[in-house]
Amino acid sequence: MSGSAHRRRAMRKFTNALALGLSGLATAIGLAFLGAILWTLVKNGLAGMSLSLFTEMTPPPGDSGGLLNAIYGSVVMTLMGILIGAPIGMLAGTYLAEYGRTSRISAVIRFVNDILLSAPSIIVGLFVYEVFVVRMGHFSAIAGAIALAVIAMPVTVRTTEDMLNLVPQGMKDASTAMGAYPWRTITNIIYPAARSGIVTGMLLAVARISGETAPLLFTALNNQFWSTNLGAPMANLPVVIFQYALSPYKNWQQLAWSGALLITLTILILSIIARFVVSALNPGGKR
Amino acid sequence: MNTVAAVEPRHAAGQRIRERIFRGATLAAALLVLTLLGGVAVSLIKGSWPAFAHFKFGFLTREIWNPVTDQYGALAPVYGTLVTSLLAMLLAIPISFGIAIFLTELSPSWLKRPVGVAIELLAAVPSIIFGIWGLFVLSPILQRHVQPWLIEWLGPLPLIGKLFQGPPFGIGVLSASFVLAIMVIPFIAAVMRDVFETIPDVLKESAYGLGATTWEVIWKVVVPHARTGMVGGIMLGLGRALGETMAVTFVIGNAHRISTSLLAPGTTISASIANEFTEAVGDLYTSSLVALGSLLFLITFSVIAAARFMLLRLDRRALSSV
Repeated sequence: MSGSAHRRRAMRKFTNALALGLSGLATAIGLAFLGAILWTLVKNGLAGMSLSLFTEMTPPPGDSGGLLNAIYGSVVMTLMGILIGAPIGMLAGTYLAEYGRTSRISAVIRFVNDILLSAPSIIVGLFVYEVFVVRMGHFSAIAGAIALAVIAMPVTVRTTEDMLNLVPQGMKDASTAMGAYPWRTITNIIYPAARSGIVTGMLLAVARISGETAPLLFTALNNQFWSTNLGAPMANLPVVIFQYALSPYKNWQQLAWSGALLITLTILILSIIARFVVSALNPGGKR
Repeated sequence: MNTVAAVEPRHAAGQRIRERIFRGATLAAALLVLTLLGGVAVSLIKGSWPAFAHFKFGFLTREIWNPVTDQYGALAPVYGTLVTSLLAMLLAIPISFGIAIFLTELSPSWLKRPVGVAIELLAAVPSIIFGIWGLFVLSPILQRHVQPWLIEWLGPLPLIGKLFQGPPFGIGVLSASFVLAIMVIPFIAAVMRDVFETIPDVLKESAYGLGATTWEVIWKVVVPHARTGMVGGIMLGLGRALGETMAVTFVIGNAHRISTSLLAPGTTISASIANEFTEAVGDLYTSSLVALGSLLFLITFSVIAAARFMLLRLDRRALSSV
């Protein structure tokens, strides 16, 4: 009898060790993928890192060149996307957190926003194509920026609402007791108190849209040459990476790897900075 | 600070107007979010109308995709989308579960944050990077080392053997599923971790007090308690896999046909659109691609809505990472 109890106990211990070992293994696998991707990017991307990357235009096959027009286009469209998307998202988040906190319409808007947050970005590209590109009759940088804005907006709605909710109710009440109207309380008390959180949200939104490729494919398209015309197609890093990586030309593939390294480093640095801002705002907080 | 100064009568009217403007602006922005989803649905339906009107129900049931004769059917891309996503989930769920357990129950506290951040960074890597990595690194490895093994050992088996026959192409349904799995792991793991963290310590401590092992606490206390949230997280990952575009476009092979073998090239809805949209000539071709987009919207919308519904009951603040 005690023998079978012993065996059962050994069995339980074994199952425990096995399960926990497997979970450690799963974590190692997840981290290994991140490591493998970063290693490949650094190995293949560094070879093409030179000053000409930032000073020359995308070349024809077989010729040397850089990514200047693509980098410029990505920066312009990402900034425009944030400038359009973030203020709207911030206002909507403000409504959800302050004015309409408990109203039924807010519950619906929250639900819809969560769906937009996870909606496939290629759908957003098709939407902007149907609404803007078809009407304008051609691809343009402004259409690309709008597509990115549609993706950035739900991110800022969500983070703004979450961050405003972290501001202590006592601060809001104190302001109201002084006779301030809600807009005054919001702009003078609540926004400053939640500033670093809101900035974090915007950084995350920038990180999210600066690597987006699918929505740019049929809005901004691409441009082999230097162009600052917002009404015309504009080069951008993701689409250049897409086209060059799938091409048979060695110099194009090299540029694709360098572009990929550039974009990934930018995004990872933005994400890490965003996390530092959060922990500075919320020391000793969760995670 | 005198910015919140007492409201003097002559200021009161100005304050009230500004209040109305500000409130109106926030409400308008909030309503814009609401109409955006409707706008997406309406524009997609409008764009795909010619295709649905021309092919009727046959659009959904036919495998043909021929720009030369202008004949289009959605069956192959829909099949590819569903198969790659489901296969990706099979690979991703156990690993995500393991990571979530490691982060909540096993990891020493000094390791928790770095590992958690690393997993979140994996989620931040843009999908085109997964695509280029999948094409140049993962696919050759699968082609040389994994697929021959699958063909040799699983190919001769009855029933499931058909899934693993034919030449090892490298690019194809299996490679796409692998890349998708790697992409959704951080999302599912993050939701599961957040869900696990909402479980009261008292519950776990009582089980430990009764002599349960760590695994028994996880399997018999944590998991039953977190079931809805876990399924919600899995559905969220599924929604992501279904709509993922660039990573799949690189490695799927873009062949508009349904093959029994998982090693053969195929296509998905999003890969077809990404590959062909800018080159599509003719209204019916373009409209058929938009119609594919409408189907994708319908599928992902249902999956994501179901996921959000399951996660609704959880504290929203606890799910900050998704």
